[in-house]
Amino acid sequence: MSVVTEFETGPRATNPVARSDRVFGTLTFAAAVVVLLTLLGVFVSLAMGAWPAFQKFGIGFLYTAKWNPVTDKFGALAPLYGTVVTSVIAMLIAVPVGLGIAIFLTETCPRILRRPLGIAIELLAGIPSIIYGIWGLFVFAPFMQSVVQPALIDTLGQVPLIGTLFSGAPYGIGMLTAGLILAMMVLPFIASLARDIFLTVPDMLRESAYGLGMTRWEVNRHIVIPHVRTALVGGIMLSLGRALGETMAVTFVIGNAHRISASILQPGTTISAAIANEFTEATTPLYTASLIALGLVLFILTFIVLAAAQYMLRRMKQKSGV
Amino acid sequence: MDTLTRERSPLSFEGIDPAPKPRISIRNLEFFYGKTRALKGIDLDLPENRVTAFIGPSGCGKSTLLRVLNRMYDLYPNQTATGEVLLDGENILARGTDLNRLRTKVGMVFQKPTPFPMTIHENIAFGLRLMGTVKSEIDDRIEAALRGAALWEEVKDKLQASGQSLSGGQQQRLCIARTIAVEPEVILLDEPASALDPISTGKIEETIHQLKERFTIAIVTHNMQQASRVSDRTAFMYLGELIEAGETAQIFTRPREERTSDYITGRFG
Repeated sequence: MSVVTEFETGPRATNPVARSDRVFGTLTFAAAVVVLLTLLGVFVSLAMGAWPAFQKFGIGFLYTAKWNPVTDKFGALAPLYGTVVTSVIAMLIAVPVGLGIAIFLTETCPRILRRPLGIAIELLAGIPSIIYGIWGLFVFAPFMQSVVQPALIDTLGQVPLIGTLFSGAPYGIGMLTAGLILAMMVLPFIASLARDIFLTVPDMLRESAYGLGMTRWEVNRHIVIPHVRTALVGGIMLSLGRALGETMAVTFVIGNAHRISASILQPGTTISAAIANEFTEATTPLYTASLIALGLVLFILTFIVLAAAQYMLRRMKQKSGV
Repeated sequence: MDTLTRERSPLSFEGIDPAPKPRISIRNLEFFYGKTRALKGIDLDLPENRVTAFIGPSGCGKSTLLRVLNRMYDLYPNQTATGEVLLDGENILARGTDLNRLRTKVGMVFQKPTPFPMTIHENIAFGLRLMGTVKSEIDDRIEAALRGAALWEEVKDKLQASGQSLSGGQQQRLCIARTIAVEPEVILLDEPASALDPISTGKIEETIHQLKERFTIAIVTHNMQQASRVSDRTAFMYLGELIEAGETAQIFTRPREERTSDYITGRFG
């Protein structure tokens, strides 16, 4: 049984303060709706734009590697492959290094170094991606070509099984170079996000772990990181989202070749690089539709990554007991 | 003599020796937060198998003193201690002290429960594994520790549940269980019941009573009644100085210092 209180019918209800509060509530709701509408709008327009391509190639668009504007044959597999490979390379490097930086900043770093290092990381995050691209093409790629790639080919390239990953000629540009540039770009994000996340760990929890005689490594590996895993996975996924969608820098150094090679030293392309590179050249309607379809694939890929992250978090929670 | 191995006298001093042999001896201890002097020339013995309570107004240095005993302050820059703290005859403030080993000998329970982000079972097993406990013994040791902390009956059917899913009082007893599981020599309790309801507090106090048979205990508390209930000896601190220490009954009934009696009777603090 509900009782109508004076609060609802009395002078409070028509009170301008109460009314402005309702207005405020509606405004925040509207702000939230804008996000959903934008998301829906993007999805619908991508799907509509991509429709001709899917009509022509069907689901085969996703697993066809052929991309030939001359014969009007398009498939998303090569850019999809390049996107995944470069992002995986980037995350393999950026996650451990970023976590290392964050742990150093929150645990062992002398106080005098703390602020300068933090600022340096934030500055790194502020560099526009075009700068990374130009630097990558003119400075980093030649360095890769003359030093890093020959060394990789001579060493890891000779090892059975993983040797094919590092085979072929040193072009300088290619998927590895793009992955490394991406790693540099997402590293400051991961580092500063992880630092802020680690700072939320209560000192007392850390101390009680040290109090059991744990070493720094054990405290961070078994206590600090599991304690903040939700936020951490969220931060890493955000960075992965950035790596997946990063366009400019990658376009400069990946080589823009629609092909799938086992060797990460070879040129390739990513979805966003292909779109950025070819949009002005897309002369036939089917070409344009195929590029938009690539965009849709990226959109869905990002969605899958986020969903996988959610699933992973739930599994981790179950494992630690609820 | 290997001072790191447990050495407990089989004789009971109860009734024979009013001040049993000290497990920890603090000599002329000074502590600094940067340049601020937080502890001033502390001299105190913590007798073996006794509960020593530290009382005093906030900021008087009780918790700081506790954090010296397992060198927790070492985690933070600009915190330094001088003087001597002897544990089994070894000065733990000396350079080169193995802190991980020291902290397994001097366990600590904090103001708020700090269960680790893992299952109840793992919360305790973790420390045991660090100590190199044989796998086959771990389950027994966990049961013993949980019984010791008066928690076994409440959690025996849900050891695989998360430690963080327990109630506040249970979490705190889990932290005590975790601490005693690794068989330290000394247990430091920093206001262990300050965040708990009266029933949980009662259980914790009961636990402390049982624990002193096996461990030397130091407890910081703001609660006068708690100090008088659980401790054998009480030390009153004020502004970084140790004003008075002695048998709890004596401190609460016939304090020698006026400041002590003022604090106990609630005239300041």
